[in-house]
Amino acid sequence: MSQLLTRVDRRAHIAILLLIAIAVLVPVLALATPPRSLFHLPPYLVALFGKYLCFALLAVALDLVWGYCGILSLGHGAFFALGGYCMGMYLMRQIGTRGVYADPILPDFMVFLNMKALPVTWWGFNHFPYALLMIVLVPGVLAFAFGWFAFRSRVTGVYLSIITQAMTYALLLAFFRNDMGFGGNNGLTDFKDILGFNVQSDATRAALFAITAIVLAATLLIAQLIVTSKFGKVLIAIRDAESRTRFIGYRVENYKLAVFTLSAVLAGIAGALYVPQVGIINPSEFAPTNSIEAVIWVAIGGRGTLVGGALGAVLVNWGKTYFTGALPEYWLFALGLLFILVTLFLPQGIVGLVSRRRTIPEAPRGGDVEEGKVDSADVPAAAR
Amino acid sequence: MDQATLTRSLLYLDGINVTFDGYKALRGLSLTLEPGEMRAIIGPNGAGKTTMMDVITGKTRPDEGDVYFGGSQDLTQLDEATIAELGIGRKFQKPTVFESHTVEDNILLALKAPRKAIATLFGRAAADQQSRIDRILETVRLSDHRDRFAADLSHGQKQWLEIGMLLAQDPKLLLVDEPVAGMTDSETAQTALLLKAIAEDHSVIVVEHDMDFVRELGVKVTVLHEGSVLAEGPLEAVSADPRVVEVYLGR
Amino acid sequence: MRVRNIAALLFLTFCLCTGLIANAHAQSFEEALAGFTTDEYSDTDKAITELAASGNPRAADIIGALQDGRLYFNTDAKKVYIKDKSDVPQDAATGTPASGVSADDLSPVRLNNRLRRTVDAALGGLTLLSNDPGRRFDAAQSVFKSREESALSALDTAIGKETDPRIKRALMEARAAILASKTDAAENVRLGAIETIRARGDQDALGLLSGIAAASEGPLRNAAQAGIGAIQAKLALWNNLQNVWYGLSLGSVLLLAAIGLAITFGVMGIINMAHGEMVMIGAYTTFVVQEYIRSHNPALFGMSLFIAIPLAFVVTGIIGIAIERSIIRFLYGRPLETLLATFGLSLILQQAVRTIFGANNREVGAPAFMSGTFDFGGLAITYGRMWIIAFAIIVFIALQLVLRLTPFGLRMRAVTQNRRMASAMGIDTNRIDALAFGLGSGIAGMAGVALSQIDNVSPNLGQSYIIDSFMVVVFGGVGNLWGTLVAAMTLGVANKFLEPFAGAVLGKIVLLIFIILFIQKRPRGLFALKGRAVEA
Ligand SMILES: Nc1ncnc2c1ncn2[C@@H]1O[C@H](COP(=O)(O)OP(=O)(O)OP(=O)(O)O)[C@@H](O)[C@H]1O
Ligand SMILES: [Mg+2]
Repeated sequence: MSQLLTRVDRRAHIAILLLIAIAVLVPVLALATPPRSLFHLPPYLVALFGKYLCFALLAVALDLVWGYCGILSLGHGAFFALGGYCMGMYLMRQIGTRGVYADPILPDFMVFLNMKALPVTWWGFNHFPYALLMIVLVPGVLAFAFGWFAFRSRVTGVYLSIITQAMTYALLLAFFRNDMGFGGNNGLTDFKDILGFNVQSDATRAALFAITAIVLAATLLIAQLIVTSKFGKVLIAIRDAESRTRFIGYRVENYKLAVFTLSAVLAGIAGALYVPQVGIINPSEFAPTNSIEAVIWVAIGGRGTLVGGALGAVLVNWGKTYFTGALPEYWLFALGLLFILVTLFLPQGIVGLVSRRRTIPEAPRGGDVEEGKVDSADVPAAAR
Repeated sequence: MDQATLTRSLLYLDGINVTFDGYKALRGLSLTLEPGEMRAIIGPNGAGKTTMMDVITGKTRPDEGDVYFGGSQDLTQLDEATIAELGIGRKFQKPTVFESHTVEDNILLALKAPRKAIATLFGRAAADQQSRIDRILETVRLSDHRDRFAADLSHGQKQWLEIGMLLAQDPKLLLVDEPVAGMTDSETAQTALLLKAIAEDHSVIVVEHDMDFVRELGVKVTVLHEGSVLAEGPLEAVSADPRVVEVYLGR
Repeated sequence: MRVRNIAALLFLTFCLCTGLIANAHAQSFEEALAGFTTDEYSDTDKAITELAASGNPRAADIIGALQDGRLYFNTDAKKVYIKDKSDVPQDAATGTPASGVSADDLSPVRLNNRLRRTVDAALGGLTLLSNDPGRRFDAAQSVFKSREESALSALDTAIGKETDPRIKRALMEARAAILASKTDAAENVRLGAIETIRARGDQDALGLLSGIAAASEGPLRNAAQAGIGAIQAKLALWNNLQNVWYGLSLGSVLLLAAIGLAITFGVMGIINMAHGEMVMIGAYTTFVVQEYIRSHNPALFGMSLFIAIPLAFVVTGIIGIAIERSIIRFLYGRPLETLLATFGLSLILQQAVRTIFGANNREVGAPAFMSGTFDFGGLAITYGRMWIIAFAIIVFIALQLVLRLTPFGLRMRAVTQNRRMASAMGIDTNRIDALAFGLGSGIAGMAGVALSQIDNVSPNLGQSYIIDSFMVVVFGGVGNLWGTLVAAMTLGVANKFLEPFAGAVLGKIVLLIFIILFIQKRPRGLFALKGRAVEA
């Protein structure tokens, strides 16, 4: 055990301890302090930061595949959204007769669409354990199936990025359709309670926040152990020189598949935690822009550092909340500029600024590119 | 197919053709390597030496021809990882090491051990792992650099590290593409010694342009030209062959 | 009733054929008009028929006004008036404004369903002999649909006089339509008519034959059913052709959107996520050009696209060069970083356009040559779509020529194939990079001009094309312009053929999934280049 813990670096130690601390502190400050007190946390802030932590979890998941294995997924928003929909379906079925149409089984939108019976896809979602299972399985199986095809036929680099983007785009279109049975355009909302607790209540909010913080801490710990294991070293080897890794006998596709699936499951969990805290899930979560935005959180925080992704997610979203409140016109300018400046001047991200250890190799500039390295630069003329 | 030669051989190439966009890189290349043999391959630039290694290691699929390993394994049907696990190791013409890993981790990754994802994730390190790594680092004289990032090594050191990774794999057959390019004379001599030591219990194919180095190895030489074998035999014999002279000097 | 109608039309025909003297015309015209003032349906009916037979040039206008409910009469004055669009009464007989008539004294000439048929037939007969070929054709078509037997004799006359083969055929078809459904006609006449209708072979002919097949038996029924079968087969063929045409039209849109990307991504290997925004800026250039023309020189509006095309090329080309010099050149060899930086750029460009022009759709007009439809065989072809297809092909050919024949194209290919060698040979690779990227962006801008004609011009315009464009380039095989062409057209046509079965959205999903699977089978696209450069 102690030997395992030595593999967790200082950054991750700090982050994990911090998360555990706020998991305890935030509910205390939100619930046990009088509203007037200086230390009191208003409930809306709890929900807001709970949301940020979900994004942080998504960013950690993304960093695992992109930062360590060089797979730039532009479709992680899809896994996030699928996890969210699974949770949303559980929450919908908890509404029961409290809906507008008071149908004990069918959610309101189904009654509205004149559906007679519950679609098969919704069966079992009234049981929380089943919903939990689906939160893991649905994104996991999709990622596995997708990766099985893609990695086996060696789709790499930007090609992979583009087809992941196409994947989430296809899902976006599909979920917009009413006859998919997932609420179409409006998605799922008006949730009442989760495991018998009112989702809107301050106590539930605080509890969800604490759970999210703990899950994030646990994820950071596990991810840190993975990337420092020999498995993690192989991932980094694949990122640096994919074909070289093959030539010393590693089945690159299996490694990629494993880490991609794991990452998708984590993204799904993040989505599932997100939905009860924001109270809605709709198809716009599948929008390709969302997935790309998640990538930029990781890039800003520091690719290949795990903690950096989480940090980037919180900072960028904090900025977004501020900007869209104060200067809505300028948020996209700011975000766009951030994309450009970070990729041009801060390739190691914020964490890379403060740590001396290189996290990702300097990319070759101009001149020749060494064999293997070009793997990630999988475009004809770009291989300069 | 010559059945007798095939079963006796460790590596058997017959009638290999490889075409890139109409350009014939290999034309009917045939070559056999006995178990335990070390072979030097020379030939002008573009003769197809690297392409031959690509074919053996599964990177390039030949349009035509047979490639057999150990008398029975058809390499044209296997992928790179399987071929590597069969026991064929390769050093690239341009040194390719894992730049963001330390020297030690580079050797660790290459070290002969289970390659499955499950094994690397949950498996325990073999007891003698550290001593094997130490021995290899000793051999390639990188012990002092074990904690440095491979990206920071000099060109020659990267060459050595790659040879070290090859040793760590402990393959039956080593394919070594231009191991001494960019090395000083004394480093070249040391590499020759090292290769000869390796050849005592491995089969080796060495591609090299440096004639002194090839002479140092003192093994059978195959001359490739325009994708097929031009001459084969001891270095003295082939370098006296007028066709070889023509190929090397006539341009 | 029928008989009288026929008689009247026969009379009309007779008049026209023999050219009765004008006096007689005038007299019967006056008398006929008076028939409208009694407010009796039977008199109105007679009046219509007589008016039609009078041969007076005002007849068509008057009956037309009656059809539109604009014909009024005054019982006391026994006069008839037409109210024009602004409700001003005119003297029906002369067509001049009627002074001193108060609207209160006028009552409308009323129609019932039976009268409406008389009106239609009379108008049909009148226009069958009109001087305007277009109106004659339309009249023949409306007779085909109404199958008013009373028009038969007028038709015969018209057929005799007609010289335009297209109209003549329409007239014959109209005649056949009447004869085929005329139960008291001889069987062989009806059979012959069915043949003619079958040869016409459109939806109307199909409806007519179905009616006949249902209402008759024996050889007639068989002939009608054979005709139905033949027409259905032919219609199915045309339907497929129409789908192909729609598909090509969609394909040309995809091609336009993707072809610039085929340069920047396909040839140069730059992942430009702001490509769609170049298209969008091209569309806004069109908007600005049209606004300027509207306020400065409206006469030039027809030329607006021809002004916008080169302007969009220059504007987006310059923006492209600026992007390459300021951002992309620092990221060569790092495609994923390029992707992110250019995505950031696309956000900025979108927001900039939103700030300048507002978030709503902007109205971009279509010049006259872009609007309207024509029929080609069984195809309905809109001019706008046709010109866009033509434009896409022209752009494609021009680009091929630039790449193959100009020194710039040669240098560009040299640089993308072997940068160091090209630079050693004295080619300024930086300049070529910038120009090539500018070229790709400029083409995207020109595409925007075309797309402004068929899509909403909004800041989000580009976003809707970017994924499709990448799909097209990747599907076609990176670095291969012909592949891009084939891929765009294939996807366009496939999309249109899927739509009837799967619906637009599902069809699109199916195609996306297909491409995802396809890339996995052939990671380098349809027409992959082999070789070291690609493999690397
Ligand atoms: N993937 C490829 N695509 C296109 N051409 C290739 C590819 N691989 C090799 N070639 C061509 O095949 C020929 C043989 O190349 P190869 O690398 O095998 O030569 P070599 O004998 O190793 O030369 P050198 O001594 O310079 O290393 C060359 O002309 C090369 O350009
Ligand atoms: Mg070589």
